[in-house]
Amino acid sequence: MAVVTVERKPLTFWERTYLPNIAAGLATTFKRMVKPTETLEYPEQRPEIPAGYRGVPTLVYDPNGREKCVSCQLCEFVCPPKAIRITPGEIPNEDPNAHVEKRPQEFKIDMLRCIYCGMCQEVCPEEAIWLQQQYSMTGYTREEMVNDKKRLYELGGTLPDEHFKWDKKKAAEQAAAHGGHH
Amino acid sequence: MFDFYFELPLLLRLLLQGTAVSLVLLPRAPPCSMAERKISAWIQGRPGPNRTKPPIAGFLAPLGLVASIPVLGTALQKLGIYQLAADGGKFTFKEDPIPGHVNKFYFVLAPIASMIPALTTVAFVPFGAYFDAAGKLVPVALTNLDVGLLAVFALGSLGVYSLILAGWASNSKYPFLGGVRASAQLISYELSMTLSVLPVFLWVNAPGGQGTLSLFDVVQTQSQPGFWGGTWYAMTMPVSAFIFLVALFAETNRQPFDMPESEADLVGGFHTEYGAFKWSLFFVAEYAHMIVGSGIFCLLFLGGWNPLPWVSFADLAHWLHFADKPLLMGLIAIGLFLAKVGFFIFFFMWVRWTLPRFRYDQVMKLGWQKLLPLSIANLIAYALVIAWIETR
Amino acid sequence: MSASDLLFHLFAVFTVACALGVVFNKNAVASALCLLLSLVGVAGLFVLLDAFLLAVLLVLVYAGAVVALFLFIIMLLDMQGGDRKKFTKATVVSSTLAGGLLVTGLVSFAQRGQVAVAADVPVVGSTLRSYAEQLFTVYLLPVQIVGFLLLIAMLGVIVLSKKFEGLDDIK
Repeated sequence: MAVVTVERKPLTFWERTYLPNIAAGLATTFKRMVKPTETLEYPEQRPEIPAGYRGVPTLVYDPNGREKCVSCQLCEFVCPPKAIRITPGEIPNEDPNAHVEKRPQEFKIDMLRCIYCGMCQEVCPEEAIWLQQQYSMTGYTREEMVNDKKRLYELGGTLPDEHFKWDKKKAAEQAAAHGGHH
Repeated sequence: MFDFYFELPLLLRLLLQGTAVSLVLLPRAPPCSMAERKISAWIQGRPGPNRTKPPIAGFLAPLGLVASIPVLGTALQKLGIYQLAADGGKFTFKEDPIPGHVNKFYFVLAPIASMIPALTTVAFVPFGAYFDAAGKLVPVALTNLDVGLLAVFALGSLGVYSLILAGWASNSKYPFLGGVRASAQLISYELSMTLSVLPVFLWVNAPGGQGTLSLFDVVQTQSQPGFWGGTWYAMTMPVSAFIFLVALFAETNRQPFDMPESEADLVGGFHTEYGAFKWSLFFVAEYAHMIVGSGIFCLLFLGGWNPLPWVSFADLAHWLHFADKPLLMGLIAIGLFLAKVGFFIFFFMWVRWTLPRFRYDQVMKLGWQKLLPLSIANLIAYALVIAWIETR
Repeated sequence: MSASDLLFHLFAVFTVACALGVVFNKNAVASALCLLLSLVGVAGLFVLLDAFLLAVLLVLVYAGAVVALFLFIIMLLDMQGGDRKKFTKATVVSSTLAGGLLVTGLVSFAQRGQVAVAADVPVVGSTLRSYAEQLFTVYLLPVQIVGFLLLIAMLGVIVLSKKFEGLDDIK
């Protein structure tokens, strides 16, 4: 490949003194100074969280107010830092959701271990565990940093997805029992 | 009203005056440091320290009460005034360790030595003027020696010792390099600085005059009637002013000349081993140098307390009818002078956040190969011009 | 004793004590600092004589620059002082001779020196004007000669301390 030697333009007298450039620099910094600041003053002003952000993992209800988690423990199994501990529990027969059979008796996520990888959300067959927009977890003790079931539902709230998988299944079973097609 | 003051013994009066002026200079450092932080923040698009707020309970209650005044309190908080108080408290009360490997006597001596030139140079700087009973303009100053400027230079040149001592007594590598750099740099730029003011005094000392280096007389020659009498020397001698300003940056160790303490290559330079109160003394000394240096620059090249070129302070006093009130006149003169000094303090900080730091060989090359020949050429040129004007 | 007499004695004792400190200190940096203090004492004596200009010049040139250079060199070369040499016969004889000459000179100066009465001495060095007039009229030639002497000495040091092997080295 041919080498092209570019002639360096000789500097003019004023360029060699640097003074015009210093003056221009001073003008730039002065302009910067009178402009409004660009800082986000954090606790009062919050950054806008983009959709799909992977924040603190939470548990969610479905629109009917049913706990979506069925304590299958897949998330506990897949969790790389072993931050999740689930104690499964039966749903008693008189409960309106008795047809779901199981729900967690206790669900703990240790936020000192959690690495926000989102694998629990990925693996969940019920779409019950979601990494949502909450990004700052603080506490004074180790115990405070463990989110229990109550706190997880508080953080998670209700998601407006209308799958109603279990209700549909129950309805289908009932239809079958009444002598449907199957 | 103030007769009782003039009945005090002379020695006591001088002592009071000296203490008063030094005490005005000493607490300049905290506001300057806050200004430094605020200006750096604004230039970088940040708000700067604006959170600190004293509690209403406890021993800080008086400050806390001020902070809870609706608009004023919040404004002070946004300006970081309470951060200032917190910093001051921290520097005063935090532990002040002396490392085991230092030369203890000189290690403690160095910050104290830094205060001597910082607090004494101001004695020779006039900061205002007023008409006395006889209608003569007299300076507001501790002393008005006819060798005023030389005295400032002489005492200011002692400032290098605190840096050398600090660097040497710290007995470790980086402070030592900082001390060596400081001594070489300060001596190099003193030459150009002294040479750059000579044209001003060649012009001030017209043949047949008294022969003076007094800063007050320099201001007087910039406040005469007529076109040439009213111009400031920054306009007639821009090269002198420029050399003086550059040398001033080097003498006060400010960016882009802060070689003695450049944190990128020397950790903290000569004050690496210092902490807490001793470190803050170096800090106070640096700001005191900046204030006195800017004051000298304003007196020499920017007309001192004259409000505008061609508008002398005496004229202003006559137009606004306060020429017969010495106290008011003195205060207004001091205010005008301090406004100019304040602008220069701002300028120092503005330049700091604009220019990158030089390399050390560049500093030496600039000082010896550029500024020194330039200032000698400048001196010869002005000597010829002034001789031509005088003999015409 | 008036206040200025008291100050004179204070500064005189201070100056001499610091000068002794220069000689007897084993640490080179401490010696240089004693020299600095001694110069400040001399400047104080000049102030007592109303010679403000000389005092200021002394501080500016010697205390401000020369001693700073001394310190700079001491620190650069990292001088440790070293062991004192033992007295030999030659040093004893020569120092006795030099001391005797100094004392004789001082005594003769004190007895028959031409120290005029204070009123007759023109106050040179108190104001810039009188100092400059003397410098550029009476003492112009001596000052120039001393200046040249210093320049030659400086060049001599450079020549002696550099090895020249040919004309190419000068570049």
